[in-house]
Amino acid sequence: MHGLINRAIQAFVCSTYGESRWRDVTDSAELGFSEFEAMLIYTDEQSQKILTAMEQVLERPLREMLEDMGTFLVANPQTEALRRLLRFGGVNYVEFLHSLDDLPDRVRLAVSDLSLPALELVETAPGQFKLICQNGLPGYASVMMGVLRAMADDYGDLVILEHSGSEEDAEVISVMLVETDFAEGRTFDLGANML
Amino acid sequence: MMNVDQLAEIASKIAPMFVLLDGQGNIGQVGPTLQKLRPDQDWTGKPFLEVFELRRPRSIGNMTELLRTSGVKLHMQFRDEPQTGLKGVLAPLPGDMGAIVNLSFGISVLDAVRDYDLTSADFSATDLTIEMLYLVEAKSAAMEASRQLNLRLQGAKIAAEEQAFTDTLTGLKNRRAMDHILSRMINTGRDFSLMQVDLDFFKAVNDTMGHAAGDAVLQKVAGIMVDCTRSTDTVARVGGDEFVLIIDGLLDRSRLDSIANRLIEQLEVPIPFGGEMCRISASIGTALSPSGGGVDAARLLHEADVALYAAKRAGRACHFFFEPGMDNDDSDEADSPDVGLPVSSGNGDGLVKDAAQRTGG
Repeated sequence: MHGLINRAIQAFVCSTYGESRWRDVTDSAELGFSEFEAMLIYTDEQSQKILTAMEQVLERPLREMLEDMGTFLVANPQTEALRRLLRFGGVNYVEFLHSLDDLPDRVRLAVSDLSLPALELVETAPGQFKLICQNGLPGYASVMMGVLRAMADDYGDLVILEHSGSEEDAEVISVMLVETDFAEGRTFDLGANML
Repeated sequence: MMNVDQLAEIASKIAPMFVLLDGQGNIGQVGPTLQKLRPDQDWTGKPFLEVFELRRPRSIGNMTELLRTSGVKLHMQFRDEPQTGLKGVLAPLPGDMGAIVNLSFGISVLDAVRDYDLTSADFSATDLTIEMLYLVEAKSAAMEASRQLNLRLQGAKIAAEEQAFTDTLTGLKNRRAMDHILSRMINTGRDFSLMQVDLDFFKAVNDTMGHAAGDAVLQKVAGIMVDCTRSTDTVARVGGDEFVLIIDGLLDRSRLDSIANRLIEQLEVPIPFGGEMCRISASIGTALSPSGGGVDAARLLHEADVALYAAKRAGRACHFFFEPGMDNDDSDEADSPDVGLPVSSGNGDGLVKDAAQRTGG
């Protein structure tokens, strides 16, 4: 699994539970190291060991933690770059949802060896969507759930999200847009991060 | 046939940086994004070439020449500050209605977005600018992550070098390794002897024949020291031309003396380098670990140093054992054998001259 994903897990655990708990996790996973490098590749087995160890050491359901991680990735100032890249997807939440179809391709443009499973947005009724998350990355749908929730806050929209089971091999998240411009949202200045 | 207003309305959707020109080359309407770059200016009726300075193709001075550029890529910039660079293309309108010019930022878009506070809504839906901005940020973030990795790897490399136990020039153990081994042998109560070896005339080789010769000599010396000792012994280079040999399990003076003398003999064999011969020798001081242990490493190194100093003083190419009382006379200088040459005898200068002659041959 790509170092960026492992590094994201590390950043989330360190920031939420503290660095010593992270070392407990890596000790328990018996990896022989505790720092992931964002730009190196690790085996799927190593990543799986970390996820298993997280559940044991931190004593919380993995699904919940991964969802929190998705929120963390968008909302934490540490990972502001990621929030900005997601905001490039659209000027409002619905446009952002539609841009998710392109997300794996966008990611590959930025980091050529980072491949994410496909995402597909289906509009089932006005303001109602299904996001189909293909498999290939354990916990993908849970992380996406957290990302969708945090991005709704970012745009200032009120949405209801829920896991709505699986279709074939894919996990499905249902998105219901309750109110746009529900809250202030965060600003997005196109040129803020230019060189 | 649609009129100019209808054309302007369409153009503002698909090309929000358009400029409509009349038959005389004066500006009519402009697109909303272009107007956003100069919100306080009204260009209506102004000659296009007064607002924009055409950089390429050059030598376009009037509307007739401008109209002939139809379809050609135009490079221009604002005449007033900020002189944002623009790309454009002109298409004549039918009849004598004038022309439409579509502008874009080209590569200056990064500055423009910041300078004019542009948003997604300022670009047409098919414009790839937003994708390009996305890529610039994504690549910068990825590059930063890679840069951080490189910095950490460089740090790790330096740390590894600092923790290394090997002298990179000779492949011998370094001082840190020697310290480790010495304290381990003291702690386990093993018998051993400590030889301090200092090369004689090495400085002369370095000075007269250069550092490359000096390095070659040190490498040869390292090989000789390894050959003259057993695999259980330790050979370490602890300074420029200073070496420490830890002879494991041996306290027999006559055998140690023969090892030391054989070493000096071997080191005195001239070493060829670049068509010349490097001639060196060595002085050796030996300290024995006391039976029953209970000595500290610093003390033992000091004793070997004192014996080495005595050897240097006795005219070099000698081997001395440390004897109790030896360090009383010369305690001031005992730590630095090189400095301790007896000045009064005048031997110091003589030796250096001698060395220069010897190495020259």
